[in-house]
Amino acid sequence: MAENIIEVSDNTFDSEVLKSDIPVLVDFWAPWCGPCKAITPVVEELSKDYGGKVKFAKCNVDDNPVTPGNYGIRAIPTLILFKDGQQVDQIVGMADKSKLEASIKKGL
Amino acid sequence: MQRAAYDLVVIGAGPAGLTAAIYAARAKLDVLLLEKAAPGGQILMTDWIENYPGFPDGLTGADLIMKMIEQVKRFGVSIETNEVKSLDFSTSEKQLQLSDRTVSAKSVIIASGASPRKLGVPGEGRYYGRGVSTCATCDAPFFKNSVVAAVGGGNTAVQESLFLTRFADKVYLVHRRRQLRAEKLLQDRAFANEKIQVLWNSKVTAINGSDAGVTSITIDNVVTGKSVDLPVEGCFIWVGTIPNTGFLKNSIALDEDGFIEVNHRMETSVPGVFAAGDVRATPLRQVSTAVGDGAIAASEASEYIEAQAHAKS
Repeated sequence: MAENIIEVSDNTFDSEVLKSDIPVLVDFWAPWCGPCKAITPVVEELSKDYGGKVKFAKCNVDDNPVTPGNYGIRAIPTLILFKDGQQVDQIVGMADKSKLEASIKKGL
Repeated sequence: MQRAAYDLVVIGAGPAGLTAAIYAARAKLDVLLLEKAAPGGQILMTDWIENYPGFPDGLTGADLIMKMIEQVKRFGVSIETNEVKSLDFSTSEKQLQLSDRTVSAKSVIIASGASPRKLGVPGEGRYYGRGVSTCATCDAPFFKNSVVAAVGGGNTAVQESLFLTRFADKVYLVHRRRQLRAEKLLQDRAFANEKIQVLWNSKVTAINGSDAGVTSITIDNVVTGKSVDLPVEGCFIWVGTIPNTGFLKNSIALDEDGFIEVNHRMETSVPGVFAAGDVRATPLRQVSTAVGDGAIAASEASEYIEAQAHAKS
């Protein structure tokens, strides 16, 4: 995993995401999901472009069932942008770089 | 270093575009391979492929695509994440406006693929990602011990319904006709699977839900005219594809459904522009057909470039 993307769990979600000073893009994924693997390089590229302004996080839905349940996630990859503890935008499924970038900009 | 002029630009890195890149690289063409999202395309959403020759035990779509990408890289082609915003085919040197720069190419292969077709019923967009899905391999595990619906009757619908039964307790396969279009082998498996119940002559007219997601679908029987609400937690939709041709505007000839018309050499209506894979008008959309198209398109593009050079000298 790229060094500027952190792993969040049910335990750390509150402190790392909801209480973050800057917007956080959380990528909900699982090891069995092909499209999740495929979208990773795009998220990594964006994490380089927006590092410092936006925090990038991944949440494994197999290991952490509570958080995806709280947000009604029944599809992955789902990417949610959080700002000040609130959900600002959500993208479900495969998305191109420009769509993800537009989503990130909503938090800036 | 990002350059501005290429022999060949390949738009799309699914099976067709990746194959075209392999053949073009081996023909020593200077290739730019573009992908706007993730390399692989629709095949990433396929949980299991067992009709692509060379892999007798079958493999996942993601694994097959990883092997193809590895092969493309071995021949020195890298995949650039970029999007074609617009293009100009009016001169012999084709111009493509990307998100950050303009590039030109002697020849272009369009392998931009297709996307899942929508049903176009109320609730479909609202509950997308909250019960509505087009990707069993992404979303099926969220429906453990649930009752779900799968809509469609082709290979994808039947194959993926079978995959859904690994998680769901019951899968209603909702099909508008009295007969499936899928391969007979897949049909046999579906009919033998006690978790799958086919609802014949049935058309989904609405997807209903609450804040938590999908709770039911409304189905009309096209023969009796009766309408029922079927309680389900998920609704997976596999009713064909629509071509990814929006960026082409009116630059080349499309058929009435928007797929690119080509001849047996994969030539489009514009000299030097070829199309391959799911984006072209074709009776069958499989990895095996996309790969064949990609090989022909690259070979023809190479010949076209050579002929143009010859004409100029």
